[in-house]
Parts: sequence; C-alpha cells; structure tokens
Amino acid sequence: MLQKALTGSRRYWTWLAALAVLIVIGFAAWLRQLETGLVVTGLGRDVSWGLYIAQFTFLVGIAASAVMVVLPYYLHDCKAFARVTILGELLAVAAIVACALFILVDMGQPARVLNVLLYPTPSSLMFWDMLALGGYLVLNALIAWVTLSAERRDEPAPAWIGPIVLLSIPWAISIRTVTAFLYAGLPGRSFWMTALLAPRFLASAFAAGPSLLILVALVLRRVARFDVGRQAIDTLAVIVAYAMIANVFFLLMELFTAFYSGIPEHAAHFRYLFAGLDGHRGLVPWMWTSVALTLVALVLLVVPRLRKNERLLAGAAGAVFVALWIDKGLALVVAGFVPTPFDQVVDYAPTAVENLISVGIWATGTLLLTCFYKIVIAVRTQG
Amino acid sequence: MSDRPLIIGGLVLFLGLVTFPVWYNVAAGTGARAPALARPATEKACVAPRDYMRTSHMALLVTWREDVVRRGDRSYVAYDGRHYEKNLTGTCLTCHDDKAKFCDRCHDYAGVSPTCTECHVTPMTR
Amino acid sequence: MTIDRRQFLGLAGLSALGFATKPSLETIGRQLRAPGRRWAMVVDPKKCLELDGCTRCIAACHAAHNVPPIAEPRHEVKWIWKERFERAFPSDQNAHTDDALKSKLLPVLCNHCENPPCVRVCPTRATWKRDDGIVMMDYHRCIGCRYCMGACPYGSRSFNWDDPLRHMGGVPSSDYPTRTKGVVEKCTFCEERLAKRQRPLCVEACPEGALVFGDLADSTSQVRELLRARHSIRRKPELGTQPAVYYVI
Repeated sequence: MLQKALTGSRRYWTWLAALAVLIVIGFAAWLRQLETGLVVTGLGRDVSWGLYIAQFTFLVGIAASAVMVVLPYYLHDCKAFARVTILGELLAVAAIVACALFILVDMGQPARVLNVLLYPTPSSLMFWDMLALGGYLVLNALIAWVTLSAERRDEPAPAWIGPIVLLSIPWAISIRTVTAFLYAGLPGRSFWMTALLAPRFLASAFAAGPSLLILVALVLRRVARFDVGRQAIDTLAVIVAYAMIANVFFLLMELFTAFYSGIPEHAAHFRYLFAGLDGHRGLVPWMWTSVALTLVALVLLVVPRLRKNERLLAGAAGAVFVALWIDKGLALVVAGFVPTPFDQVVDYAPTAVENLISVGIWATGTLLLTCFYKIVIAVRTQG
Repeated sequence: MSDRPLIIGGLVLFLGLVTFPVWYNVAAGTGARAPALARPATEKACVAPRDYMRTSHMALLVTWREDVVRRGDRSYVAYDGRHYEKNLTGTCLTCHDDKAKFCDRCHDYAGVSPTCTECHVTPMTR
Repeated sequence: MTIDRRQFLGLAGLSALGFATKPSLETIGRQLRAPGRRWAMVVDPKKCLELDGCTRCIAACHAAHNVPPIAEPRHEVKWIWKERFERAFPSDQNAHTDDALKSKLLPVLCNHCENPPCVRVCPTRATWKRDDGIVMMDYHRCIGCRYCMGACPYGSRSFNWDDPLRHMGGVPSSDYPTRTKGVVEKCTFCEERLAKRQRPLCVEACPEGALVFGDLADSTSQVRELLRARHSIRRKPELGTQPAVYYVI
C-alpha cells in the first residue's frame, strides 16, 4: 500500500521536490546547530524556550484535533465524516512526527533524549508528555493503517480496531491537556498559571486542526479530484466556528481576571503582548493581526450565507489557522517568559538558523502528509 | 544465461571491495599492531586488578560517577585494601598522566572516543 | 457474584488499609530516621554593602568551578551574582523606596528550595533534592531540555548555549570538571567541599562575612542564631518554594 506514494503526477513530484529542498536546508541548519550549540538560536537565559517549543505546542493541538472528526463519526454516527476520519488520523500522525522533531532540535543534548524513558520521573509532565504523544502516534498510525488496508481490500475493518478508535478519543484530549500541564503548573510563570490554559489549548486545537482539514480538503478536491463531500466541509466549518467562539471567550476571560484583579504580575504579560512594555513592542503587531484575523474569521464562519461560500470559507479557515498560529506558535511561549522573574522585559526573535530548521520540520510534516494523502486517494479511487 | 558473466563479475568485484581493508593492509604491511601502552612511572598497582581494568574500566568509571554525583559517596576501598578517592582527574589521571600515550592508544585502536575528557579537563588532556 | 453492602464496605476498607500501609510506614520511617542536615545560607545585605563593588564571592566560585565568563548577557552562565534589590525582590517594592536603595546590589544564587519546582519538572532526575537539602545537578544525565529553567521562579539556572571551553582562556582548573555544551548548570552549595567539611567558596571568600552557611537542623548553628536574632526575608515566599537562602534585615 505504501508504494502508492511513489507514483504521481508531475505536480505531485514537483511539490515533493520543493519540500525536499526545504528539508535538506533545514537539516543542514540543524547540523550547524548540533555542532555549535543552541547559541545559534535567539534563545537566552531569560527566554529559554522559543520558536521550537512553540511550534511543538501548536502542532500537538493540530494532532489532537483529529478527535474532532473521529468523535462525531464513531460515537455519533455522523455520516458526513465517513471520508474525513482517515484524513484526520493521518494528519495526527504527521503532526506528531513534526512535534517529535521540534522537541529533538530543541534539546541541548539530543543524544541523551532516551534518558526520559530510562529514568522515568512521574512527577515530570515532560515524561508523561512523551508517553502520551508516543502512544497517540502508535494509536493513530495503527488505526489509519488498519482501516485503510481494510478499505483497500474492500472489507470492513476488523472488529478489534473499534475499541482502539474509541481509546484514541480521550487520548487526544489527554495529549492536549498534558501539554498544557507542561506550562500550567510552573510557579514563577504567571502568564501560564491559569486553570484555563488546558481549555484554551483544546479550544484552539479544535479550531486550528479542522481549519487545516478544510483547507486540505479544498486543495485535494482541486488537485486530486478527491471530494470529501459538501456536508463534511460544512460540518467542519461549524466546528471551527464554535471552537473560535470558545477561544475568543476564553481570551476575554483571561483579560478580565488579569486586569480587573489589578495584580500587576498577571496583567504585565498581556500588556507586553498587546501594548508593549518598557518600550518593547515586538509582539504587538503580531497580536493585533491575530485579533483582526480572528474577528474576520468569526464573521465569515458564523454567518451561514458566508460560511457556505467556499472561497470565503477557505479565507476564513486560513485566517483561523494563522491567527491561532500566532497565538500558540509564537505568543504563548514568549509571553510566558516576559517579564522575567526579575521583572525585566527582554526581547526574543528567532534567528535565521532557527527559522530554517523550523521550516524544514514543517516541510517534513507536510511531505509525510502529502504521501499519506496520496495513498488514501489511491486506495479510494481504485475501489 | 547471458547474464552469467555480469553476475559473477559483479560478485567478484563486490567481494574484492568488501575485503579491501584486509588484503590491502596485509600487502602494505600496515596491519594493526596491538597498542603499546606507556605505563605510569611510579605506581605499579591500579585501583583494581589489571585484567579487570582492561575489560571493565569503563564500568568502574560509570559506577564511580553515579556514586560520586548521585550519592555523594567518594571513598573507594580497592581490592588490596588501599583507599582512593573516586575522582577521574584527581586519582586516575594523576598516575596515567599521558592521555596520548596511554588512554588514546587503546581507544584509537578500538575506534571509540569517550567524551570524559571533554569536561574532566587537565592541562595534558587539552 | 452477589455481594451485600456490608461485605463491600468491608472489602473497600481493607483495600484502603492496604493502600495506606506503604505510605504510612514510610512516614513513620522518616520520623524514626535520624534527622538529617538541612544546609542553608543567610545573607547579610548590610555587611555585603560595606565594600562597594566587591565581587569576591563570584570570582571565587566561578574560578574554582570553571564557570565560563561570557559577555553576552543572553548567554551568561552564572552560579552566584549580584542583582539590584528591586529586581531580586520585585514584589517588595513601592514607589517611595529611595532610588539608591532600589539599586543596591545583593548576592543572589540558587535558593536550594525545600519544595523545588525545578526538581518536580526534570524528566530525567538530572536535578534532584538530596537528603541534606541541596538541590544537586548531574551534568551527565541532563538532556538540555531547559524545563527546569522555566520552572525556576528565580532565574537561578544557566544553560550552556555553546561549548564553555570556547570562552575560557587558558586551561581550566582541573580540580573540578567543566560542563559540556547543552546542559543546565547552577550553584550546588559547593557539595564537593562540604564532603570534605569545608565551607562553600563564596562564604569563605567574603571579606565582610556577609554570607553565613550552616545546618538549619542544628539549633545551635550560626545560621539558626542569625535567623533567631533578626528578621529575615526570602525571595518570592508566596510561591511556596521555601528557599533555603535567607536575607536578614
């Protein structure tokens, strides 16, 4: 079945070649980082986690969002998603692989990474995160393989895969929650010290992931003549709409507690993000762009007439994805560190090496996704 | 079978390439010799018998490392009753004071590069 | 299988008892064990400020421990350093504090907390709390994930962003190893000296005796006397970390 990824049109191969170029460049940049150390990044003593971990956090959300198509189909018999669940599951696999790569490139001593498993430390959320993500990868890979193989043979999937699919649903929620717990229990970081962090992570996952699925579905229809169905796209759009409303609501809740309480420590991070602090305004334009994109997307998603227009829907999905990427893939991690424990405001900006490595990993995930979807389409169209 | 000469020829070429290191070194007389270690001048006995050290000094060092760093246990009583401090630079490398003529001889021969001296630095290991 | 409520309650009670056995025994065991040491440090800011611009504690510590001197503030590695009062105690500030006081420099270092968040989050136990109270580092096991740096509310931890040997002119002291790039490091209360019954280097190097080190479990120790005699504050007490570094007023 995997060999189906090896036959394709010229457009397919050009796309893969372009991704391969990005991957090679990213890999070369990583070799440079391995040789010299993380000094080649923009990280420092104060902002010790940056672009890599932020991408990881965002991608865990994308991976978890598979549950948003699996749950309605398997638990509630939502027939519209019949052709979409496999796309969601494979998106989860590609996203988790990219997550693992982002963690790997962030480690100071990547060769020692297995120490986390050799010396298990239950008090550390990073240990549980590794288990949760590893388990989720295995689950989804297994589910995707078994269901796709069954489809290829024109047979129903074996009965034993049913409980495994059901298991993947709470597991998806748990990977997002565990990743939020990485941040939410650290005493010195008041930006992350909120019970709302895990719910915010879930809400943004359930908006960003399905948005990506909508965009992918529209692209697949255009380039591969693979149609997931009008209803599937529409249902996904409704899910994104509700999730975005939840996102905005949660953000407003955070702003209320931060500013109404008057506690300077809590408000400082939001001030840094939205207004700048002590003359440091690096993230301000990003945040307001995110806000603008969110509002535009909300209007396009909530109004049914606009949502049903596919062009506008594509724009809305793209806006949601970018807005949430700015929020989770950029702002979340940096604002947690600024102001520092010494009440100082410092700047963080990723370096060229950091950007190249990140792009390389995103390209790897995209390459995997492309190959996976090629296989799915080949299996579907052959039947 | 018209492919037979190609196949046999290919196999011969492959075998030749794969065994290249062996017959080249034999022909050039550059076969590896057993490493010659420069023994410490003063001390004759190590912290453990020589045969044990030859086979397992790395295990001893890792045990020492775990003992010192993780358990704060720095004292070692050797097989002959002598007391040593578990300390690479302070104990081992005071007698084996020439890394190039001792440690590296076997390590180079075996093709291993332990990273100990990246951190446990003395003037002579730099 | 039918079971009536009484039987069920009995079984549940027995199970609960079973689960409670191990932790109870451990707690009792802990009480019965001889009370261990509790290393702590008391800083007297007034004495420290006697000598203007003095950095002997820092010099002694960093030289002996091969801490690389790095100019770029982002990549600094420091085990002990002097921080402005308003930055070391940010929540203790008010608008009417004299500016001169705000900018006074105090030595800050790892607090070796009783309840260290860095130890909680380390995924490999490369940092852990010893029985004598020291929060220790194992540079061989550290994977460089920097989770501990995020967890530390005091910014006490430094990461080796590149090879420290590149920043050290000359040969480092061979009495103490250097670290490799990609691991986190911090003050370890000179545990290698404590093993030889010597006081930490910073304590010995201070010409004014502003740093006092001792065993909190020993009620006759100098640290306990100091803490009894004068009011002391600790950094960010509201976080529940229970630092072992006290600053006497």
